[in-house]
Amino acid sequence: MARWLADPRRGGLLCLALLIALAPLVFPSGFYYRVGTSIFIAAIAVIGLNILMGLAGQVSLGHAGFYGIGAYATAIGPGSLGLPSWLSLLLGLIVAALTALFVGRPILRLKGHYLAVATLGFGMLIAMVLTNEARWTGGPDGITVPRLVLFGWVVKDQRAWYGLSAALMLAGALVALNLIDSPSGRALRALHDSEVGATVSGVDVAHYKLAAFVLSAIYASLAGSLAALSDAFITPSAAGFLKSIELVTMVVLGGMGSVFGGILGAALLETLPQLLARMQDFEPVLLGLIIMGVMIFMRDGIFPTLTRKLGRPSP
Amino acid sequence: MSQFLQFLFSGLTEGAVYALVALGFTIIYNASDVVNFAQGEFVMLGGMVTFFANAAGLPLPLAALAAMLVTIAVGLALNKLAIGPARGASVVTLIIITIGASIFLKGVTQLVFDKRFHRFQAFSGDTPIRVLDATILPQSLWVLGGAGMIFLGLWLFFNRSITGKAMSAMAANRLAAELVGIHANRMMALAFGLSAAIGAIAGILITPITPTSVEVGTLLALKGFAAAMLGGMGSPAGAVTGGLIVGIVEKMSAGYLSTNYKDAVAFIIILATLFVLPTGLFGKAKVERV
Amino acid sequence: MIIRRGLLAATVTLACSAFGATAQAQDKIKIGAVLAVTGPASFLGDPNAKTLKIQVEDINKKGGVLGKPIELVLYDTGSDPTKAKQFAERLIQEDKVIAQVGGTTTAETMAMIPVFEEAKVPFISLGGAVVIIDPVKPFTFKTPHTDKMACEKIFEDLKKRGLTKIGMISGQDAFGKSMQGQCKGVAGKYGIEIVADETYGAADNDMTAQLTKIKTTAGVQAVVNPGFSQGPALVTRNYKQLGMTVPLYQSHGVASKQFIELAGDAAEGVRLPASALLVAEKLPDSDPQKSVVVAYKKFYEETTKSPVSTFGGHAFDGMNILIEAIKRANSTDPVKIRDELEKTKGFMGTAGVVNMSPTDHMGLDLTAFRMLEIKKGDWALLP
Repeated sequence: MARWLADPRRGGLLCLALLIALAPLVFPSGFYYRVGTSIFIAAIAVIGLNILMGLAGQVSLGHAGFYGIGAYATAIGPGSLGLPSWLSLLLGLIVAALTALFVGRPILRLKGHYLAVATLGFGMLIAMVLTNEARWTGGPDGITVPRLVLFGWVVKDQRAWYGLSAALMLAGALVALNLIDSPSGRALRALHDSEVGATVSGVDVAHYKLAAFVLSAIYASLAGSLAALSDAFITPSAAGFLKSIELVTMVVLGGMGSVFGGILGAALLETLPQLLARMQDFEPVLLGLIIMGVMIFMRDGIFPTLTRKLGRPSP
Repeated sequence: MSQFLQFLFSGLTEGAVYALVALGFTIIYNASDVVNFAQGEFVMLGGMVTFFANAAGLPLPLAALAAMLVTIAVGLALNKLAIGPARGASVVTLIIITIGASIFLKGVTQLVFDKRFHRFQAFSGDTPIRVLDATILPQSLWVLGGAGMIFLGLWLFFNRSITGKAMSAMAANRLAAELVGIHANRMMALAFGLSAAIGAIAGILITPITPTSVEVGTLLALKGFAAAMLGGMGSPAGAVTGGLIVGIVEKMSAGYLSTNYKDAVAFIIILATLFVLPTGLFGKAKVERV
Repeated sequence: MIIRRGLLAATVTLACSAFGATAQAQDKIKIGAVLAVTGPASFLGDPNAKTLKIQVEDINKKGGVLGKPIELVLYDTGSDPTKAKQFAERLIQEDKVIAQVGGTTTAETMAMIPVFEEAKVPFISLGGAVVIIDPVKPFTFKTPHTDKMACEKIFEDLKKRGLTKIGMISGQDAFGKSMQGQCKGVAGKYGIEIVADETYGAADNDMTAQLTKIKTTAGVQAVVNPGFSQGPALVTRNYKQLGMTVPLYQSHGVASKQFIELAGDAAEGVRLPASALLVAEKLPDSDPQKSVVVAYKKFYEETTKSPVSTFGGHAFDGMNILIEAIKRANSTDPVKIRDELEKTKGFMGTAGVVNMSPTDHMGLDLTAFRMLEIKKGDWALLP
């Protein structure tokens, strides 16, 4: 029994699911469902980005671009095209995947800081299109997003979103955990360590890099769509540089390459502003200090550092 | 023709600022492999501290000097307290640290000063100078002149002085440099101090034209970084070229194409260049060890 | 594994408990304020916030409202409409406010309206665009003059000077875009023809490209600049830099000394519609607004040691109108307060006299709007 539970895919996820289910018992008000929802949604994007950055080792400073695509798909679909929200969400995933496919091939030939800049540029371009095509997107000040309707049920209630986003996050985490232990996961780790070595061992490096890129784009798009639907509002900053940096920080803070680390990173960066909401003047100072502190003292990220201290390999 | 000239002037002015920021990135990168995302904050501090020192009573030249000293101190502190303790950490971790530093610096500046926009007097007045059918501000000439002198100064430093050559050696091969007796730590501190000074000067020069506020650093860092990449990471000549190109392309596209997409054109050019030249215009092809 | 679970549990519990118990103090009147204290709209949001803070302090010193002190729940959006919406929900669910005076910009206001309408809690907005109250929504009010009124006032002045062909350069934010649309809509009524129409992004730092295009358009007799915050200040500086000499008109989105500070001597001769607050002492004693605006100006400038702006004035009016309504309703029931708000009559605020009704949730008319010109770095009232 213990061995069955020890597998992170089951034990870890089960624990997490339990926590998520029990947490509402300590919520002082309905507002905390909202905070939980925003954590789970961010975590989805972070899990995806982790596959690209942590596993495959490709840095992306423009991932919010895909997040923005997903978000605006759910705004434009119902708004301008008359499509139901769930279909718009799926279309968003497809558009994000195709964009990643198209843009990925040339971009992934770059390495290191050059790759970073190229992804940065990509993210900025998406953000610019979203800001400027006001007829479709409502422009720089954003647009309201019609609510998701599932089989006649309008998903508006905080608790519904809490459950829905948690479920999707757990599913996403399961997929990611399975990937890590699969041959594909090993291929990605190989090319992370040395592209030349991986090629020599028979790994089609370009193909795997692209696959990781597309997969992480899909995760990001899903997260963006969910964020837009649960907020019922979206602005182009969802695709902006600051959002991309936020996602990368969540990945690195939590622990690159660690799925649970990513979730932790998301939780940290989503709750901090809420905790500091009444001390808004000090928020950036404290946030900056925490980021620097964590990175200096736990340079591999919080989760891997903690699990290492406890003598367990990080999932 | 007058339109073209007008766009060219504002493009050069803007480009000079980007070039200075890109140079700041390059100098630190060369000494330490770190991409310092707090670079934009050096520019911001230059402008903000000058304004407040001036408003508190110091004459402008002294205020500017004070701003430079403060910014250099911040740069040195950043190196000592944030980058130093993280020696050996991965590239991404270091980037996140500098991002955290950027957020922190903005937060502190916001508390110490305020969140509003500020500008101070141009150095030699505001009367636009007519050149053919276009106008250029005297302050723009200060920006171009100042930037030019800094480029010259740095060229002389890196190529004609021992310390400068030592820094170039660090960029070429850190281990070898240390083996011949070059103090890596001192070089890094110097790099941060120098970058901070350059950033501060950029801020001081540009604020009479473009008001400063706590937030101005972020977008500047972004564009400066992109410009440095365009020119080829690690190449000072590349940084300057990249910065000027980005500035000019931006203003030209704003004028002739669409003001909404001016940033887009700059980034498209950067992306296109990188696809053809994966290490930028002047960058060295990286040798990957297996 | 158990340890790992324990760690996660500890973190979550710690996080939850660190939120702190929200003391449901029944003996305080909670009023919310979601403002853009930082970010591009801090020009407006900072005076908003300062005013509300000193005003609430002052009211509480004098005994509060209905015998209870007011608690001002203030959040800073950084000018981000998404954050505004999230804070709005927090105000309703966590803080349980009975009303809000806030929404610095049109964009933030529009994001928050659905939240307050659904919760049936009154929302007095400080945003400019006419769309906030037209079409009328049951619980949304506003205190500043609308962008439509600004256009009308400017066109009135243009007509007086015999100018008919204008160029427009508008900010791309919600207010700038709205005013651009409104001006186009009412231009015909005043015989105005718009021959050049340029835009700039709210975060842009150089508008010489757009202004060059306007400069080289034949027949432009004046330029109108819808927008707020630092954009118009840069437009004004670039205007002078390019040597443009035709009259330049701003909107009330720049009605603060900060504009003059940023634009420098380029602001000389710029005209704008604004409330009399800016020229308080220069008003003739017979002016019905004089006592109110002079009093607020003194109060603000002495307490905060910074020059007054109409944005603070709008917040001041908003809070006062709300307090009066609460007193008349003699209750903290949001719906009753809303009913009383609609009955506001003859209220003399810093922006003018306010007469609300179920179909008019703003209550100002054009007489309250004065035409000002910037002379020697200060505001001057035009006859």
